[in-house]
Amino acid sequence: MPVIVHIPTPLRGFTAGHDRLELDGATVGEILQALVGEHQGLRRHLLQDDGRPRNFVNIYLNETDIRYLGQSETPVRPGDAITIVPSIAGGSPAATPTAEPLTSLPPLSHQEILRYSRHLLLPEVGLEGQRKLKAARVLCVGAGGLGSPLALYLAAAGVGTLGIVDFDAVDLTNLQRQIVHGTAGVGTPKLASAAARLTDLNPNVKIEGFETRLTSANALEILAGFDVIVDGTDNFPTRYLVNDACVLLGKPNVYGSIFRFEGQASVFDSRRGPCYRCLYSEPPPPGLVPSCAEGGVLGVLPGIIGTIQALETIKLILGAGEPLVGRLLLFDALRLRFRELSLRKDPACPICGTNPTIRELIDYEAFCGIGAEPAYDGPEITVQELERELAIGKPITVVDVREPHEWEIVHLEGARLIPLSQLPTRLNEIDGHDEIVLHCHHGARSMKALEILRGAGFSKVRSLKGGIDEWAVVVDPGMARY
Amino acid sequence: MTLRIPAQLLDEVRREGERAYPGECCGALAGPVNGEKHALRLYPLANRRTDDPHRYLIEAEQLRGVEREIRANNWEILGFYHSHPDHPAIPSEFDTSHAWPWYSYLIVAVAEGRADSAASWVLDPDQPCMLRETLDVESEV
Repeated sequence: MPVIVHIPTPLRGFTAGHDRLELDGATVGEILQALVGEHQGLRRHLLQDDGRPRNFVNIYLNETDIRYLGQSETPVRPGDAITIVPSIAGGSPAATPTAEPLTSLPPLSHQEILRYSRHLLLPEVGLEGQRKLKAARVLCVGAGGLGSPLALYLAAAGVGTLGIVDFDAVDLTNLQRQIVHGTAGVGTPKLASAAARLTDLNPNVKIEGFETRLTSANALEILAGFDVIVDGTDNFPTRYLVNDACVLLGKPNVYGSIFRFEGQASVFDSRRGPCYRCLYSEPPPPGLVPSCAEGGVLGVLPGIIGTIQALETIKLILGAGEPLVGRLLLFDALRLRFRELSLRKDPACPICGTNPTIRELIDYEAFCGIGAEPAYDGPEITVQELERELAIGKPITVVDVREPHEWEIVHLEGARLIPLSQLPTRLNEIDGHDEIVLHCHHGARSMKALEILRGAGFSKVRSLKGGIDEWAVVVDPGMARY
Repeated sequence: MTLRIPAQLLDEVRREGERAYPGECCGALAGPVNGEKHALRLYPLANRRTDDPHRYLIEAEQLRGVEREIRANNWEILGFYHSHPDHPAIPSEFDTSHAWPWYSYLIVAVAEGRADSAASWVLDPDQPCMLRETLDVESEV
C-alpha cells in the first residue's frame, strides 16, 4: 500500500489537476524524489538543487512537520499521508537606497495617485518616480511640431513645471502637425493656445510661459531655472544657442529635428557625453537646408520624434534606463527604419572640448550667416512689379522651379514648370532673348535657379521675391496657399 | 484567472494596510473556485517576520489552520494579500522569487499611511515573473 501525497492547489497545475497521488518509497525524501520524477514541473517549486525541500516548503507527515521528525530521512509506512504546505513570503523593496530622499519630493494627492496609477504600477516609476516627475522643471523651446507632442506627453506624465518659450502665433498651416493647438486658436499666441490645452489635459502642471524669442541676451537666465531643456526649434541659430547655453549651464539638452520624412534625436549632456557642436561644429550654409516651410514635413514625423524627446526627458528625470547620450537616433519614415550612430565627445569641440574657445553666448544669427547679405546676389522682382510688367504686355517667360506636386496645388497662369533639380539639364528649353522671371514657393529656390541661369550665360533673369505665396497674398487672393 | 472580491472585503484589506503602516500586513484570501476565484473571506494572519518591517512571512502551520476552517465549505485558499508601505502595488523581486504558482497575490499600496491602489498578481507559469490578473471588485448591492 503506497503513501498518499496531498498536492496543494497552487501545484495541481503540475499534476494534471490531481489533488492526491499515490507513490512508493521508504522515506519522505524518496517519496518526494518519486513525485518530482513523475511531475518534473514540480521540482523547481519544491526542491533546492541539492534535493532538499526549499526553505519555504513545509512537508507534513500525517499531522507533523518533518522538521520535528527526521527531515527527509523520516521513514514512511504504507497508508501514511504526506501533505505539502507552502509558506508565503514577500515584501516591498524598501531596502533600495534612493539618491533623493523621499521626504524632499512633493507628495501626491489622492487625485494625482489615481491619475498616475498606470505609472505607479511600473517599478521603474513607482511613487518615488512620480514624485520626481512632479518635482521636475522642464523647458520646451518651441511649441510647434516637436513641442506639441512633447509638451502634451510631459504634461500628461505629470511633470510638475513645464516652461515654454515661443513668440509665434498659431497659423492654419501649423495644424497639420502641431497638435497642441486647435482651429479655434488660429491667430492667437501659441503660448496661450498651448497653455490652455495643457492645463485642460492636466491641471496639476504649472505652465511657465516665455513669450519671447530665445536670444543670447536672455537664454542663460531662462534656461537656468530648469532641470532639463528640450530643443523643439526649427532653425540653426536657436539650436546652437540652446546647445551652448546648456553646455555653459551644465544641463542636459534633449535634441530632436525633422525634415520631410526624416528625423533625428539625441540627448546632449556635455557633462557625460558629446554636445551638438561635437556632432556639427559648423552650421550648414544658409539656404542649403530648407526649413519645414520650404521643404515640407510629414505631419506625423514630429509626432514620432517629439514623443521620443518626451520619453528621453522622462527617463532623465527618473534616472531609468539608458539615455540617448552619445547616440544619434536617425529615423526614416518612408522606409520605417531606425538607425543609431554612436557619437563621441570631440576633444577639439569649441565649447565642450578640452580647450574651449567659446566661454559665453555669441551672435548666433551671424554665426549661421543669417541676416547677412543673401548668399546669391541678383536682381529680384517684386510681385507688384511682375504684375505691372505682365499687364503692359512685356514678353516675359515665367519659369516655376518648384516640384510637380507643388505645381498641382497651385501655379501661375502661363508659367512653365522646370523643377530646380532638372534645371541644369533643361536650359535649352529656355529662350534667352526673353526676360525670364523665376519663381518658387517663397523665393529661396528661385534664387538658386537664378545663379544657375546666370552661370550658364543668361543675363535677363530675375527672381520673384516672396514666390508664389507672396503673389497669392498680394496680387491674387483667390489663389490657394500652402 | 480572475479574482472576484466584494468591495467591502477589498476595503478591509486597505484598512489593514493602513493599520499596519509603516509595517506590512498580510493574510489569506479564501473562497470557492468555479472557473474564477471568488474571495469571500479574509484571514488576517500574524506577520511572522519581525526583524524587517518590509518583509512578511506566513508560516505553513498558519495556513494549515486556515485550511482546517474552510474545508467544511469546500473553499480553497485563493491567495494572499499584503501591503506595500510607500511603494506601489507591484510585486517586489522578493515577492516574485517567493511566489507560488496559481495563488493570487493581492497587494495594496499604502502611501504615507493612506491606502491607495490595489492590484492582484499571479506567477507566470513559465518564468519567474508576476502577471497582473483581473481584479473584479463587486460593489455592494
